Amino acid sequence: MSDQFEPVIVGFLCNWCSYRAADLAGTARIKYAPNLRVIRVMCSGRVDPQFVLQALRSGADGVLIAGCHPGECHYVNGNIKALRRFTLLRKTLEQWGIEQERVQLLWASASEGTVLAAAVDRMTEQIKALGPLRWSQKVLGGNGAVHPVAEEV
Amino acid sequence: MSDIKESPAGQERVGVYVCHCGSNIAGTINVDEVSKWIESNPNVVVSRHYEFMCSSTGQELIEKDIKEKGLTRVVVASCSPHMHEKTFREATQRGGLNPFLFEMANIREHDSWATNNKEAATTKAKALVNAAVERVVHHVPLEKIPVDINPNTMIVGGGIAGITAALELAEAGHHVYLVEREGTIGGHMAQIDKTFPTLDCSACILTPKMVDVGQNDNITLLTYSEVESVDGYIGNFNITVRKKARCVDEELCTSCGICEEKCPQKVLDDNYGAGISYRKAIYRAFPQAVPGYPVLDKENCTYFQTGKCKVCEKVCPTSAIDYEQEDQLINFNVGNIILATGYDLFDARRIPQYGYGRLANVFTSLQFERMVNASGPTGGHIVLRDGVTEPESIAIVHCVGSRDQNYNEYCSKVCCMYSLKFAHLVHEHLPEAEVYNYYIDMRTPGKGYEEFYHRLLKEGTHFIRGKVAEITDADRKPGEEGKLIVQAENTLLGIQQRNAVDMVILSSGIQARHDAEEVSKLFKMGCDYDGFFNERHPKLAPVSTMTDGIFIAGACQGPKDIPDTVAQGGAAASQVAKLISQGTVMMEPVRASIREDECSGCRICNNLCPYNAIEFDEEKKVSHVVTALCQGCGTCVAACPSGVIDGAHFTNTQVLAELKGILWDVEADVPAMEEV
Amino acid sequence: MKYGYYPGCSLEKNARAYHVSTMAVAKPLGIEFVEVDDWNCCGATEMIAIEKIPAYALVSRNLALAAKQNGSTNLVAPCSACYLNLKKVDHYLAENKQLKEKVDQALEAGGLSYQPGTINVQHLLETIAVDIGYEAIKEKVVKPLYNLRVAPYYGCLVPRPANMERFDDPEHPTSLDKIIKNLGATVIDFPLKAQCCGGHMTQISENTALELIRRLLKNAADYEADMIATLCPMCQLNLDAYQDAVNAHFGTNYKIPVVYFTQLMGLAFGIPANELGFGKEIVSAQPALDKITEEAPKPVRTRERGKQHTELPMPTQAEEE
Repeated sequence: MSDQFEPVIVGFLCNWCSYRAADLAGTARIKYAPNLRVIRVMCSGRVDPQFVLQALRSGADGVLIAGCHPGECHYVNGNIKALRRFTLLRKTLEQWGIEQERVQLLWASASEGTVLAAAVDRMTEQIKALGPLRWSQKVLGGNGAVHPVAEEV
Repeated sequence: MSDIKESPAGQERVGVYVCHCGSNIAGTINVDEVSKWIESNPNVVVSRHYEFMCSSTGQELIEKDIKEKGLTRVVVASCSPHMHEKTFREATQRGGLNPFLFEMANIREHDSWATNNKEAATTKAKALVNAAVERVVHHVPLEKIPVDINPNTMIVGGGIAGITAALELAEAGHHVYLVEREGTIGGHMAQIDKTFPTLDCSACILTPKMVDVGQNDNITLLTYSEVESVDGYIGNFNITVRKKARCVDEELCTSCGICEEKCPQKVLDDNYGAGISYRKAIYRAFPQAVPGYPVLDKENCTYFQTGKCKVCEKVCPTSAIDYEQEDQLINFNVGNIILATGYDLFDARRIPQYGYGRLANVFTSLQFERMVNASGPTGGHIVLRDGVTEPESIAIVHCVGSRDQNYNEYCSKVCCMYSLKFAHLVHEHLPEAEVYNYYIDMRTPGKGYEEFYHRLLKEGTHFIRGKVAEITDADRKPGEEGKLIVQAENTLLGIQQRNAVDMVILSSGIQARHDAEEVSKLFKMGCDYDGFFNERHPKLAPVSTMTDGIFIAGACQGPKDIPDTVAQGGAAASQVAKLISQGTVMMEPVRASIREDECSGCRICNNLCPYNAIEFDEEKKVSHVVTALCQGCGTCVAACPSGVIDGAHFTNTQVLAELKGILWDVEADVPAMEEV
Repeated sequence: MKYGYYPGCSLEKNARAYHVSTMAVAKPLGIEFVEVDDWNCCGATEMIAIEKIPAYALVSRNLALAAKQNGSTNLVAPCSACYLNLKKVDHYLAENKQLKEKVDQALEAGGLSYQPGTINVQHLLETIAVDIGYEAIKEKVVKPLYNLRVAPYYGCLVPRPANMERFDDPEHPTSLDKIIKNLGATVIDFPLKAQCCGGHMTQISENTALELIRRLLKNAADYEADMIATLCPMCQLNLDAYQDAVNAHFGTNYKIPVVYFTQLMGLAFGIPANELGFGKEIVSAQPALDKITEEAPKPVRTRERGKQHTELPMPTQAEEE
């Protein structure tokens, strides 16, 4: 049993593209970091920022949102809406001192099993280097109080 | 197998089934451990593990437990839901439960197959199974939604794919609207002289089918027309087609052709004529056009440009010319759509080294087809650009724009065969001429194709294996003056070769139509990286798309020859016929619905829906989802600031419960958490 | 706009006309060239063929000096070989750590240092075609070069290699063609425009070089060019100075002047010919310049009305549409 920190990354993968990409990675027996735990949604546009925040608050060290490439969304442009929300979410996380690498957005089409696997590997390495999230420290300022910058927002 | 637990009142009774899938899962994940571990979840009353859950025995386990153990929810931890969600939902239903009271945990594709780390895989499997259990207790029964299928079909594109599909459906007794952009149906196949490998005359095999289409009562032929808008969903598409004004009254025209004959304005025909012949301003693309009514090209018509002329009106014996004719907008409903919009030829001007457009005697494949055709501009004689001289040597260059990282990486599938066909035609028309085929590989996969290649070898064609680097008129040695020099590496001999020929034919590749992306957006579907329409599954569903009710056939899906195109046309027709004969289709109940009592009327959701499925009720001042239009993406659910939109089967409660379950082994680093 | 300027050895002597004309057109185009102080020879192709590390260090010294000068991060080299050397070495220094270490040592000895990527090396053609743009050039033309048939000659170094981000197509470049077209001249379709002129083969194996030069001259003559416009001092030297040798060797009679494109630009901008280095060329450009007319040549009718025609129509080139 290694004592090395193994991050837990929650993934919200869209049913049509990225979830299938993960399926394909498995079918092709591509081995990648087992740190990703997938939750299926129909479209990346379904991902509510509160899911991401709840995941981090509940102890996940990172969150991956994955959808179809722009222009290829099964529901036309749900992924674009996901991109908009993600952009704003990122700003909020930044203000709370949560590192950018912890929440990432990825486009992966159903045939891109290798892309997904590589992205998971990369993200796992990045978060390993960052260490555990420590929500109470980062966001709550260690004493249970809300972080001063977040208060201003 | 464990003892049956008694569950407290009001709690669900979940049955968990962990599949071994032979050694696919069990080889990496300790299924026994997972199965025992999940029993500690208070919702779980039955936990089993079994070799092959998808087998009939496996499924019976589920059915039996539901009946005998009073299960209220079922979880199967096995492969991807894309494999067996349907299987297990049906098993659940047979056991007596609503099929949506079931959830799957993907511990094969996403876990056992993706890692060699047994410990990590088992921990992850526990997380995924736990997540499924936590989620499934919040599932509610859902019913599929029946949708009626309108028996009419719209086919966009009147090439051989569209014609085949139209005839199949029409002869089966269903009504078809065939929409074609040009003035006549026929497509690219009408431009071809002979088809490989049988050397059938293309027009001879195509025109009878065209005539059938024109005469079939079940086909409404809308030529010189384009689709303007598509609304609705499978079974109920509402279509608007713009029938452009051809300035000819179809009721009066007898297709006598006098207007065309007398028209004084010659126009370069860069469509049907591939740019080497002329047509008139009022024209039929070719004599066997269906329908036979000519089209008046306003942009090149003397009358429309300068106000003078009107010769066609004067000579028409039935007074069928109508300069005032306007575009018509035609509206109709169909249940299904087949897209058969065909291809464009790769533009050889993109490869300036080949000299197309600069050097007189470099021709493209379609130009050569027109030249060698008896009804073409030269009466079927193979001549140089001057229209008179017969070439003594011809080079045919394969793979122009195809198999090339700089242009299109894919192979266009038909060029080797048509290049061989050209070689043969040259031998036939000009027995003394030397023919050089420059190829990379000889791709002859179909029936009779390889034999055709061998025939060409016997006919004395010179085959040079090498990609042509340059075609130039810069002569260097005596004997090269006035000729085209083809420079290539002859890889089989290992030398650079300069070959002086009189004429070069570029076997340009097949490309997606230049407006394929716009068309795909109109129909709310997608194109792949190369611009061809996206099929639902490249192997098992090549003519369906991700959008129910919309099918694709022919070269618009990818490069292919005529036999494959006809096969796809028939396949698409058969898919449509299946839906029509079913009469009603059951739609997935994954939809959004708004709790109108709580809706504040902010209307943020209204414009977010890509299917325009959200309406605003002006009286009640609340928004409302039109269930039949909703496709269940969930964007509105995530966007609603009041949180009053429920995404059936993907509610916030369900997703957050799944999240809680998935993080079973991590501690929340917060002071005492409130329940979400 | 300020640009660092690296003339290179040939612009000091053999290609003086290039330097003079470049300076002359800089002002109308709004360019201020700041010559790199104390620059040294780039080593051309000789040094690299003999000793790589000293050769790269030699080139790096120029990059370091340019960076130190701080006037601009762009460095323009009119000579193709200088351009290629500067650009290549900057690229290699970024890629190869060991090379960079050795070169750093050499630079340190001279009190200099250089971070790869600091300087953006451009060829003069790139600066004019891309940064200034064809529209801006057209606006400055006061004396269009009507009726002058020019063959644009790029030489082999500027368009290639394709993998090092060239600003124009490696096999069929068109930037020089467009510049000349915007000067009012008739640009001929010159198929050998990016083919080798022989380079230093004139010293090593003269016959090979003469054959390569002959091909270029023949092609230009076949297309009835009045003049060849080039952008590389080596190409200009080979095509111009060896034209007599080619004629003697092959029994041909070519008399095609070879000038720099900046000289033509200067003429079109209204600058007198003697201020642009005209007259320095061996094959005199005067007969060609005499052909320039006041008025644009009438377009040639390709199809006469009323006659019976057998010819098949030619496809149009994309720009004509």
